[in-house]
Amino acid sequence: MSGLAGLYQQVILDHSREKHGFGLEPTADASSHQLNPTCGDQLTLQLHASDGVISSVTWEGAGCSISMASASLLSDLAPGLSLDDARERIALFRELMHSRGAGIDDEDELLGDAIVLEGVSKYVARVKCAMLAWVALEADLAQLDASR
Amino acid sequence: MPLPAGTTTELARPLTDDDVLLLRRDFPALQQQVNGHELVYLDSGATSQKPISVLDAERSFYERENSAVHRGAHTLAANATELFENARTTVARFVGARENEIVWTSNATEGLNLIAYGMSNASVGRGGADAARFVLTEGDEILTTEGEHHANLVPWQELAARTGATLRHIPVDDDGTLRMEEAERLITDRTKLVTFTHVSNVTGVINPVEELVRMAHAVGALVVLDACQSAPHRVLDLAALDVDFAVFSGHKMLAPTGIGVLYGRAELLDALPPFLTGGSMITTVTLEASGYLPAPQRFEAGTQKVSQAIALAAAIDYLSAVGMDRIERWETELGARLVDGFSAIPGVRVLGPAAGVHRAGLASVDVEGVHAHDVGQFLDDRGIAVRVGHHCAQPLHRRFGVTASTRASAYLYNTTADVDAAIDGMAAVREFFGVTS
Repeated sequence: MSGLAGLYQQVILDHSREKHGFGLEPTADASSHQLNPTCGDQLTLQLHASDGVISSVTWEGAGCSISMASASLLSDLAPGLSLDDARERIALFRELMHSRGAGIDDEDELLGDAIVLEGVSKYVARVKCAMLAWVALEADLAQLDASR
Repeated sequence: MPLPAGTTTELARPLTDDDVLLLRRDFPALQQQVNGHELVYLDSGATSQKPISVLDAERSFYERENSAVHRGAHTLAANATELFENARTTVARFVGARENEIVWTSNATEGLNLIAYGMSNASVGRGGADAARFVLTEGDEILTTEGEHHANLVPWQELAARTGATLRHIPVDDDGTLRMEEAERLITDRTKLVTFTHVSNVTGVINPVEELVRMAHAVGALVVLDACQSAPHRVLDLAALDVDFAVFSGHKMLAPTGIGVLYGRAELLDALPPFLTGGSMITTVTLEASGYLPAPQRFEAGTQKVSQAIALAAAIDYLSAVGMDRIERWETELGARLVDGFSAIPGVRVLGPAAGVHRAGLASVDVEGVHAHDVGQFLDDRGIAVRVGHHCAQPLHRRFGVTASTRASAYLYNTTADVDAAIDGMAAVREFFGVTS
């Protein structure tokens, strides 16, 4: 798929409306707030984990369809991952986003449905939108490390 | 000066789409396809495209006169100085000012900071008795508005923090117009400075400059006008408006980036302590202290933006040859067409005055259920360039209950077909993103 249809795949538009994981819990093992000052997109993302395994990721925020869909897709991907696995997936997703449309053929199954965001990598200005939730999870993981 | 046939003999005739299509030939950047479509450039509120005559002026300077201005006894230096100072004259005439009232800056933001830091310096005793009227202290008030670009807000927040003065703002109504009854209440003997934009970069609202100047001067307050969205688009006579200071940027009016203008009434500029100091702005320098040149040189420390200033003069020549009155009329027409078109689309809300109210040639919208970035991306796919985000006016967006909007802003090279393309695109946005109800 090329052009706009490649960027805004139906799965992305669906996630941007359905927002899996949306709604913050009263407590969390880690939480971070991320803001994109150029467009005002922002979200708060909570990490819930036990015994070194992510049980869930919850979030609230407002922003463009790419940033919202990306947070929703991350909420689907994260549960069941070890903290180290989560770091690995974040690194992989970042690599995908910076691939300028080339993708990361060998390992795309590791990202689950989030691979549909591959089209974003052709639009350099939108990469930060897709990264917002993943950067938040990265900050949460760093918080967990620091509190150990 | 490249101009459409007929315009030199019929200056008063309103511009038409045919005239504009001829003008557009002068702008190389507008002769391109984007995503398989002819570029429709509706982001001139952010920065304008440049005509060949402006590009040629800058290139020609570097090919012929390039040398240091205001120093050196050689022919090139003399020629460069003459061009540089002639550019100042061109700018001065364009805005109804005298040459010594025009200071070169890098952009409007620097101009506003120059005033703020000059006042800050006065407030710690620099500039002596002459600078007394710029001194701010606890109990003094700086008055801005809720509708400002961050450039006309943040420097005053900093100035207030440094001097102990209080920063206040005139609120806007739901349609983005200033609440003048609040202005009346807020402008008091404590007010030392009133600063506001001439034309809003978000709503296109044209503020009542004369009325605000009258109110400010009645209490002895200085007036700063942000003319960034008016100097490029409207007939502007700063002396007639009776403002004390004004700023604008070259890049929004067909000139290159890196050049801006600060206007100040001569007596004020000569009394305001300098902001940036160093070479070129001094009289006598000893190891202990220095004397400063009168304005405008006292504000022009260091190597100046020579080629950019000369190119700005070429840009003004271009605008003047077309006629600012004709440009203003044309853009008013385009602005009204934009607002009428956007307003008629279900789920699209125009920020600012309703259709039918006089405004500048721009319109910002909030599309229900679709974020501005997605709107901009959708339009870009059709080759239509618009601005998305908060347009450096977060408080105003907060006032409208949105974090971001999509802005289409026109200039003299836009046709009614450009406006219609934006309207057609906007009408298709919500269906594409599946939010039509």
